[in-house]
Amino acid sequence: MSDRPGPWRRFLALSNDDPRKAIGVTLLVALASALVVSSASVLLKPLQQAHVERDRQARLDAMLDALPAMRELMIEAGIDSLETRIVDLASGRFDTTIDAASFDPAAAAADPATSIALSSEADVASLKRIATHAPVYLLERDGDLHLIVLPVSALGYQSLIRGSLALEPDLTTVAALTITEQGETPGLGARIEEPAWQALWAGKKIADADGRILIRVAQGPAEGPYEVDGISGATRTGNGVTNMLTFWLGPEGFGPFLDRLKREGI
Amino acid sequence: MTGLLDRLTRPLVAENPVTLQILGICSALAVTTTLATAFTMAAAMTAVLCLSGVIISTIRNHIPHAVRLIVQITIVASLVILIDGLLRAYAFEMSKRLSVFVGLIVTNCVVLGRAEAFAMKHPPLPTLFDALGNGLGYSMILIIVGTLRELLGAGTLLGRPILLTVAEGGWFEPLALMQRAPAAFFILGLLIWAIRTLRADQAETPEFRVAAEEER
Repeated sequence: MSDRPGPWRRFLALSNDDPRKAIGVTLLVALASALVVSSASVLLKPLQQAHVERDRQARLDAMLDALPAMRELMIEAGIDSLETRIVDLASGRFDTTIDAASFDPAAAAADPATSIALSSEADVASLKRIATHAPVYLLERDGDLHLIVLPVSALGYQSLIRGSLALEPDLTTVAALTITEQGETPGLGARIEEPAWQALWAGKKIADADGRILIRVAQGPAEGPYEVDGISGATRTGNGVTNMLTFWLGPEGFGPFLDRLKREGI
Repeated sequence: MTGLLDRLTRPLVAENPVTLQILGICSALAVTTTLATAFTMAAAMTAVLCLSGVIISTIRNHIPHAVRLIVQITIVASLVILIDGLLRAYAFEMSKRLSVFVGLIVTNCVVLGRAEAFAMKHPPLPTLFDALGNGLGYSMILIIVGTLRELLGAGTLLGRPILLTVAEGGWFEPLALMQRAPAAFFILGLLIWAIRTLRADQAETPEFRVAAEEER
């Protein structure tokens, strides 16, 4: 009775033509692979995230450098980076009870206590949940707003697109749009990362006199002050960018905040 | 031992996966604009080849014939995700320049070709040498193409200026064509031509012959 092989041995001894063996081997390989892939992803996440964060900061800096007169203004004011403030999205007011330096938007969006689920009709950007608070970056001098940068995000064709939208003090003219993170199709949708395409955004208007958000990526060449040239072969990425701006400038996003700024000033 | 050494050296020139078997051309075109990206891609490719070869060869007797491709692809894909993740964690700038091409190692015919042709039929040690040899053969071509394209296309090697360009007050006019995909085809074609001239046995017999003018 001691020479009766264990289940593992019996499994290995099965003929390779046996369907049980085929299913068993496939399952085991899939399990082992899943274990390797998921542990690598969990272990490496913090390191990758740090790089992505540094990259985002570098792009924000590059955007400031590309804006005429912004750097000089900052040097004159003796500051080397924009001021970060936390906005309560629903009321549109600054929330000074949250420390801006330690605020983590990704963690806030994941925590049910600091985020809200979006109904399907409100969820233009396909984000499902957003944090109730969001950081904004601004350049202010003697009570005058010179530049405000809003973080925006939306689902594109196959990835989450993140960007920074910089607005002029009139709060309707785009100063710059930078895409800070995307994983769209290389050569097509990924071209939203190209400086030449991002340069098209400067000077565009986000809304008409009635406050309707009209800014969008056109299907093809742009017409009028609210449109930017589409990228051929990347319609859905373009739609993603349009949705991103429509959502974050709208009532669920920074809409109330921008309205309040227009009424009351900073 | 000579057998093992032979496994290692044969794929370098005599059975080079790129120049003889014309496999893995896609990545050879895409990542060779600079020497640094060619190096990284070559290292990633060699690592995937060796690891997948050894793993597949270890379990080769228990892979049912009907599901062998699924099993091989699963193993290769997991390794590629692992290497890609490591690159993004430890060499972020480089991984951005390589974009999707590390991920595309999954579909690289060299990897699956070696798994099917060699790892499934041989024990782990010869498989390791075969995979290393093929990895080095692939790397060698990438590095040759990468060196020529960066040197002639930008006048630099690994980012360091070698030929002073006109823009920097030198004499060298960079060949913009070298930075484009067709240049890789030209260099590869010339390489294959050179190898097959020296080793006539590699030249394929023509499938068709032009009929002699017999009518007149």
